[in-house]
Amino acid sequence: MPNMAPNKTKMPEQDPKVRARNFEEVALGYTKAMAMEEAGRCLNCKHKPCVEGCPVNVRIPEFIAEIAKGNFKEAYEIITSTNNLPAVCGRVCPQENQCEGKCVRGIKGEPVAIGRLERFAADFVMENEQTKIKKPEPNGHKVAVVGSGPAGLACAADLAKLGYEVTVFEAFHVAGGVLMYGIPEFRLPKAIVQKEIQSLKDLGVKFMTNMVIGKVLSVDELVQEMGFEAVFIGSGAGLPNFMGIEGENFVGVYSANEFLTRINLMKAYLEDYDTPIRKAKAVAVVGGGNVAMDAARSALRLGAEKVYIIYRRSLEELPARREEVHHAMEEGVEFLLLQNPVRIIGDENGRVRAMECIKMELGEPDESGRRKPVEIKGSNFEIEVDTVIMAIGTSPNPLIRSTTKGLEVNRRGCLVVNEDMLTSREGIYAGGDAVTGAATVILAMGAGKKAAKAIDEYIMSK
Amino acid sequence: MYKIVRKQMLNPSVVLMEINAPYIAKKAKAGQFIIFRIDEKGERIPLTIADYDRENGTVTIIYQIAGKSTMQLSELNEGDTILDFAGPLGVPTHFEEGIKKAAVIGGGVGCAIAYPQAKALHEKGVSVDVIAGFRNKDIVILEDEFKAVSDRLIITTDDGSYGKKGFVTDALKELIDSGTKYDVVVAIGPVPMMKFVSELTRGYGIKTIVSLNPIMIDGTGMCGGCRVTVGGQVKYACVDGPDFDGHLVDFDELARRNSTYADKEKQEKEHYCRLMGGIRNA
Ligand SMILES: Cc1cc2nc3c(=O)[nH]c(=O)nc-3n(C[C@H](O)[C@H](O)[C@H](O)COP(=O)(O)OP(=O)(O)OC[C@H]3O[C@@H](n4cnc5c(N)ncnc54)[C@H](O)[C@@H]3O)c2cc1C
Ligand SMILES: Cc1cc2nc3c(=O)[nH]c(=O)nc-3n(C[C@H](O)[C@H](O)[C@H](O)COP(=O)(O)OP(=O)(O)OC[C@H]3O[C@@H](n4cnc5c(N)ncnc54)[C@H](O)[C@@H]3O)c2cc1C
Ligand code: SF4
Ligand code: SF4
Ligand code: FES
Repeated sequence: MPNMAPNKTKMPEQDPKVRARNFEEVALGYTKAMAMEEAGRCLNCKHKPCVEGCPVNVRIPEFIAEIAKGNFKEAYEIITSTNNLPAVCGRVCPQENQCEGKCVRGIKGEPVAIGRLERFAADFVMENEQTKIKKPEPNGHKVAVVGSGPAGLACAADLAKLGYEVTVFEAFHVAGGVLMYGIPEFRLPKAIVQKEIQSLKDLGVKFMTNMVIGKVLSVDELVQEMGFEAVFIGSGAGLPNFMGIEGENFVGVYSANEFLTRINLMKAYLEDYDTPIRKAKAVAVVGGGNVAMDAARSALRLGAEKVYIIYRRSLEELPARREEVHHAMEEGVEFLLLQNPVRIIGDENGRVRAMECIKMELGEPDESGRRKPVEIKGSNFEIEVDTVIMAIGTSPNPLIRSTTKGLEVNRRGCLVVNEDMLTSREGIYAGGDAVTGAATVILAMGAGKKAAKAIDEYIMSK
Repeated sequence: MYKIVRKQMLNPSVVLMEINAPYIAKKAKAGQFIIFRIDEKGERIPLTIADYDRENGTVTIIYQIAGKSTMQLSELNEGDTILDFAGPLGVPTHFEEGIKKAAVIGGGVGCAIAYPQAKALHEKGVSVDVIAGFRNKDIVILEDEFKAVSDRLIITTDDGSYGKKGFVTDALKELIDSGTKYDVVVAIGPVPMMKFVSELTRGYGIKTIVSLNPIMIDGTGMCGGCRVTVGGQVKYACVDGPDFDGHLVDFDELARRNSTYADKEKQEKEHYCRLMGGIRNA
């Protein structure tokens, strides 16, 4: 008899007042008993709508059934047959738009907490099981992966399992991409990401950090001089956008990328690390996505007294994961919705003193179907802030496309690929944010896996 | 890990190091830079590639002991290693064809950054005048190196303790006024020096290239921290530069932005000095 409780089994969380001042993980995870209770809510539907909602088609009812029985390792193995990074995805997937969005339990009540269960299975196995990774027999072929975000990691993992000698080239000094430099510790502990990377190393994947491809080596050199038979480009969409308004170069204006990189990658929030960060009193974060939520909540944790999210549409349109919006509100982030910055105002030393905004209203729907925000004339007002963080999107870095001849890109600078993730150049594949523009971890991973399969077919048929 | 294969004190606060970094040595060009990180807790710090040896796989850096990171680096010795060393970053210096006469001006440790540019021009067959400015005699660096790549070397010191007394701008003005026709001026040093050289050459209509040193993190265009205003447009110094047309750069903005962490830097340096009993420079 399934558990017919209308709501998800609650996950223990740090108290909002406490957690708003520390960088430790917010959500503490299910206990075994909680996981089994929640697993009991799954109806094991024959038509499995949830599976369709998952971009990599995790066999959801099957793994949940194992959790219900207390077979956590089996559950984990079912998940990892299609998803290389369950501890990550369970935490950061926008489940409400994906798996859980399709769950039939969601029609009358809350959906099954698929993400939390996935996280539970992954954490349980990481903590309790000695997963002995067997290095596969080498097949004698070499593949290069550029970028070590979820797309690159997934591609490298699948190829390594097939026996390929895979080398991942990463521009930064650590591997992990956005998982390391963007998403904060309190949402995704870095130790989890590093464990996933360690398991790839155990599989025999080589990581070369500090290697900015396009500068130190070109993609063509990887093929022609270093003997890689195929290259996968998973270089992400790391270039920050600014609004182009007055005052954006005042001291105290950050891109979310810079702000979050200083905190997550360079650990500016820890006393004994050298990288500095401004200790702000009042912070305005412009934008409404996950990046904006992460920046706002990080600013709170650094000790800001006031943190505002400035978003030009309404609450319903906020693109961030629902849970993050909820957490941000609980922690005391103030949401200034239907408002947009007009200019940033500095003091006589060129430091941010305030931001002028204008109120917006929702007009007619635009091409995307969302109602377009329009300015209300004369509704300008100032908010006093000493730091402004721009989190209004990112685009792919031109470095690789400008140093690799014949790589087709679209208007937005994204690499163009076919259904096998093959670019316009033979043997060069791409996937993740570099192809789609800023998207999600699971889509990037899915693209990496798809490319791995195509690369294997390509090399084997040569 | 990247090994320090040679260390030499050029003066009490300027250090030269050769670092083993074969991939970078193979690609490096004049005008490019690296970013290093000493250890797990270190900051990412940009330094110009002063020279490189493709065969031996080494890259030369010359740096001023300015704050905590450079102080820590200066305490390492030949045979020691640093954790991270990434590059070559930035656009190599590009000189137009047809340049016959150039003035290369270095201010203080900026001479280290100016040196590879003087050398590149000299190797192209350009006649190079070098003006190297220092506060006093004790901190003069790279004199022999500059001599070898220039037709004329003028050293200035603020107090007259060596070479000509005065600022580099005075020496440059004198050369121009005495009839030397420069096709290009390259000015590298502290922000005010680059600003004043650019203001001087603007009056004479001589194209002037400066090398900017904003605060950086990644050096690949992903943080925007290094943004500078050039000709009214926002540029990322790490990918669009670091060289720019001096007549178009908003130097005052650059100076302000570089002061973002001034308080914290001062604290860290003092703290570090107290801990290490180090000598305070600059
Ligand atoms: C702050 C933030 C929060 C987010 N929150 C979520 C979330 O909650 N849920 C979710 O699903 N998604 C989230 N995302 C989006 C998600 O992280 C990305 O869609 C995903 O990481 C894309 O993966 P990727 O592998 O394509 O690229 P990335 O993760 O961007 O990795 C690209 C890697 O390539 C490296 N690289 C780039 N250029 C070069 C080069 N020339 N040479 C060598 N290496 C290079 C980069 O340094 C980087 O490590 C968030 C993003 C950000 C920034
Ligand atoms: C492209 C580029 C090339 C450079 N090349 C050289 C070089 O060849 N030799 C050399 O001696 N210096 C060079 N610099 C400057 C050098 O990076 C800084 O002096 C260094 O960051 C100081 O670090 P610190 O921790 O020792 O001192 P800090 O305590 O961090 O700072 C000391 C002073 O340097 C300024 N500063 C701090 N961080 C940076 C930064 N990331 N970039 C620029 N200035 C900063 C501060 O305003 C402060 O006044 C270069 C800078 C750039 C951007
Ligand atoms: S990978 Fe993401 S979308 Fe798929 S089942 Fe797991 S949490 Fe849901
Ligand atoms: S749709 Fe929901 S209830 Fe049905 S199998 Fe999937 S998770 Fe279980
Ligand atoms: S240093 Fe980050 S964009 Fe230039």
